[in-house]
Amino acid sequence: MSNLRLARVGAWMAKELCRAKFTSMSTAGYVQRGRNQHSQRPFEQLSQGPMIQKHCYLSTMTSNDTSKEGSEQKTISVTFVDKDGEEKNIEVPIGMSMLEAAHQNDIELEGACEGSLACSTCHVIVMDEDYYNKLEEPTDEENDMLDLAFGLTETSRLGCQVIAKPELDGIRLAIPAATRNFAVDGYVPKPH
Amino acid sequence: MAIFQARTRLFRSFSTLSSKPLRVCVVGSGPAGFYTAEKMLKAHQNSEIDIIDRLPVPFGLVRSGVAPDHPETKIVINQFSRVAKHERCSFFGNVTLGSSISLAELRELYHVVVLAYGAESDRSLGIPGENLKGVHSAREFVWWYNGHPDCQNLDPDLKNSNTAVILGQGNVALDVARILLRPTTELATTDIASRALAALEESSIRKVYLVGRRGPAQAACTAKELREVLGIHNLDIHILEADLLLTPADEEELKSSRIQKRVYELLSKAANTRHAHTGLDQRELHFVFFRKPDCFLESECRTGHVSGVHFEKTILKGISPGKQIATGTGQFEDIKCGMVLKSIGYKSVPVDGLPFDHQKGVVPNNKGRVLRDAKGGSTLLEEGLYVCGWLKRGPTGIIATNLYCAEETVFSISEDLEKGVLASSLPLQKPGREGLLKLLYDRNIRIVSFGDWEKIDSEERRLGSLRNKPREKLSTWEELQKAFME
Ligand SMILES: Cc1cc2nc3c(=O)[nH]c(=O)nc-3n(C[C@H](O)[C@H](O)[C@H](O)COP(=O)(O)OP(=O)(O)OC[C@H]3O[C@@H](n4cnc5c(N)ncnc54)[C@H](O)[C@@H]3O)c2cc1C
Ligand SMILES: NC(=O)c1ccc[n+]([C@@H]2O[C@H](COP(=O)([O-])OP(=O)(O)OC[C@H]3O[C@@H](n4cnc5c(N)ncnc54)[C@H](OP(=O)(O)O)[C@@H]3O)[C@@H](O)[C@H]2O)c1
Ligand code: FES
Repeated sequence: MSNLRLARVGAWMAKELCRAKFTSMSTAGYVQRGRNQHSQRPFEQLSQGPMIQKHCYLSTMTSNDTSKEGSEQKTISVTFVDKDGEEKNIEVPIGMSMLEAAHQNDIELEGACEGSLACSTCHVIVMDEDYYNKLEEPTDEENDMLDLAFGLTETSRLGCQVIAKPELDGIRLAIPAATRNFAVDGYVPKPH
Repeated sequence: MAIFQARTRLFRSFSTLSSKPLRVCVVGSGPAGFYTAEKMLKAHQNSEIDIIDRLPVPFGLVRSGVAPDHPETKIVINQFSRVAKHERCSFFGNVTLGSSISLAELRELYHVVVLAYGAESDRSLGIPGENLKGVHSAREFVWWYNGHPDCQNLDPDLKNSNTAVILGQGNVALDVARILLRPTTELATTDIASRALAALEESSIRKVYLVGRRGPAQAACTAKELREVLGIHNLDIHILEADLLLTPADEEELKSSRIQKRVYELLSKAANTRHAHTGLDQRELHFVFFRKPDCFLESECRTGHVSGVHFEKTILKGISPGKQIATGTGQFEDIKCGMVLKSIGYKSVPVDGLPFDHQKGVVPNNKGRVLRDAKGGSTLLEEGLYVCGWLKRGPTGIIATNLYCAEETVFSISEDLEKGVLASSLPLQKPGREGLLKLLYDRNIRIVSFGDWEKIDSEERRLGSLRNKPREKLSTWEELQKAFME
């Protein structure tokens, strides 16, 4: 938490240093970061829209540090398959949501409500049913949001609700594509 | 002048970014506009995006539609703000397409224009009495409680009767029902407009009818909203058990729709729950099915005021597999009330020079490319003109729907750029932002930049903090003007 606060102070300082966003292009990320205070959930402020991600190296760096440094902290391996079928394998600390993990690793998973279970944009498809069955049942609230998820399948979940735990080591998650029919690794979505 | 000069300087610093920028204007700063801008910025590194909006405040229905007690839904504003502050993106509020600037002018200035200005009118019922006092559209009522500057004088009369009728059973209907029925102590800590909060605190409405022309298997709402309204403190839910009987056609519909099935289950469960609430502040919500409004009744003692709705009972008729429509049975029934909110859908409005399908209330398009002819069949394109969001698809879908909608529109733009569809204008240096700002300056139109909005934003938060609210919206044109002129 203190790291996060540090990052915020850094962001604030940067903001104060360059009041106009055009004074220095390279600090635009800090400016953006510092002024985003809509969310009252400080932890979630870490999650960044994919587009801006690269600018926010300060806050990302600090959080990466914690996962690397903490040797007591175990991680699991997670593979994201993006809209174009490209795979990215990342290590995710136990206890972290797939949404946060994706955002810390520059993976383009949307998260409009930043993990508040109010948007369904973090929809992921668990590509292996065995892994799907290892997850706890979705709550009514998650199901309510899944109802509205684009391209829902029988193994769909919300990325912000899937939390890394040891049994999930090796899980593969597909991010549904909107502009073309979704079929990754021969996976054909079944309607609910 | 100073502003204009500053803007021009800004613009110059931009043009060095890329020798040949693709100049894009997005009209409307709701979800469709912002998602389009985000995807364009990403897909085209040489693009320079200007988002204009008729209001001095951004975010469209995220600010003026999404209910005040849904703060989590509004978190997406964080993402949109990052887009607005992107170095190749600008926001210009207080600029109205159709009056500040015409569509033809905009298309002259930019290589690509994407219209995402939503649906700011209402579907009408076209039945007698629709203009009586006390009959409002849900859109106006929502704008009123959400502090939209166009509806601050609505002044709905919540005191002359204890009953309100809401027509339609979509999510908007549920939103307005919840605002009418939820204890005001719970609303007091939201960003609800204080004018509306004060009126609701004095409201005598205790009974709300949510009336649908079809059955519980066809209710247009979603489970999340329904669960929420069913859970309101001190509220008795009334649903006729007979209405819950399913025909084979209903069963078929439910089988193929997860949403409908879950909504139906929630309604059935609620129908079987005993009413436990008694006492002074007890409130009632009645779900009424199979009734279509026939006419509004005028009050005998208050001429010009509504006193109820005359409904025709309906049955469902299958017109195609999975689609049943309501048809009248010739039997009628009245519900007395002092206020009616029509929540039967929004409708887009055309601007001059824009092909428009008046029947569907949308701009005719092929995956976001505006078609020259409103009638089907035509494939002639309006070069460089695109559409997204409610103006493209009609007034349905959640915020996320606009993300996929924007993806489609941006995909079409990219495809057209690649295939040379925009060849006639692309080689031209378009004036873009500089031209827009000059034109608006000449017309004496004071643009509101994103920086200006941030001033409004912090003032709203400051005012809110004084009342234990996340923000107190500046909701009249005067208040807003004062804030950004300062
Ligand atoms: C009452 C209500 C509540 C809702 N609640 C939710 C919810 O909780 N969750 C959810 O996911 N979805 C919700 N929705 C749906 C969601 O708001 C819409 O899907 C979405 O806002 C549509 O986006 P849009 O950009 O097409 O239109 P809008 O959001 O309406 O944006 C249009 C913008 O264009 C501007 N504009 C209009 N005319 C002009 C003009 N002539 N010139 C310049 N600018 C113009 C407007 O000021 C506005 O900013 C709700 C909708 C309503 C009506
Ligand atoms: N929390 C949220 O996620 C949220 C909140 C608010 C809005 N929204 C979204 O915003 C969109 C718009 O919502 P909405 O409620 O305005 O639209 P909607 O969901 O399309 O509902 C419209 C309602 O009006 C009825 N209706 C239409 N024409 C009628 C007529 N002539 N006579 C009687 N009834 C009529 C419809 O009944 P029929 O079914 O018979 O046509 C339906 O019940 C929806 O997609 C909604 O999900 C989402
Ligand atoms: S991020 Fe919104 S529901 Fe997961």
